[in-house]
Amino acid sequence: MSDTISLIFIIIGVVFDLFGCIGLIRLPDVYNRLQSATKSVTLGTCSILFGIFIKYGFSAIGMKALIAIPLLFFASTVAAHALIRGSYKSGIKLWDKSVIDDYKDVQK
Amino acid sequence: MIINLLLYVLIGLSFCCFFRVVFGPSIADRMVAIDIFGILVVGICGLMVLITGRLFLIDIAIAWILLSFIGTITLAKYLTGKKLDE
Repeated sequence: MSDTISLIFIIIGVVFDLFGCIGLIRLPDVYNRLQSATKSVTLGTCSILFGIFIKYGFSAIGMKALIAIPLLFFASTVAAHALIRGSYKSGIKLWDKSVIDDYKDVQK
Repeated sequence: MIINLLLYVLIGLSFCCFFRVVFGPSIADRMVAIDIFGILVVGICGLMVLITGRLFLIDIAIAWILLSFIGTITLAKYLTGKKLDE
């Protein structure tokens, strides 16, 4: 039973990783790419680690996988925020079909 | 058996990240791709734990999370034009 549930979580995680990498290849802009890729790939990898935790239970591997979930979640989101702020400040333009830029008004 | 197939899918996705590293127009694109590659390696380590049952691979995953975080923060500081200790 726990094998089946963990396999379902891992398949959901791999599908989210697949969507994130398709977004990384296909989208036109660095901001669009990061907002597609980071969120869905982080969620997918967290789902894979949660599947490992369900498979192994409260053993050594399972507890380490459970610890790695919030570590990955906070580290990845904070790194993505810092990276997108740095790329905005270094002067990389938005896509020419983008309609709104709120951060330009906030900066002043 | 199906776990092996999912592992091959994740390895193929990391080659997609290398496509973006090679052909990315700016440095931020390459850095995004390396960040995503680091997260995918954590998933690959997780699936290899399920296949082989070795205990040290999940330690490699946790260490890779921290190293990827430090590297991305360092390049974000470099992109804003500041020194590393400001």
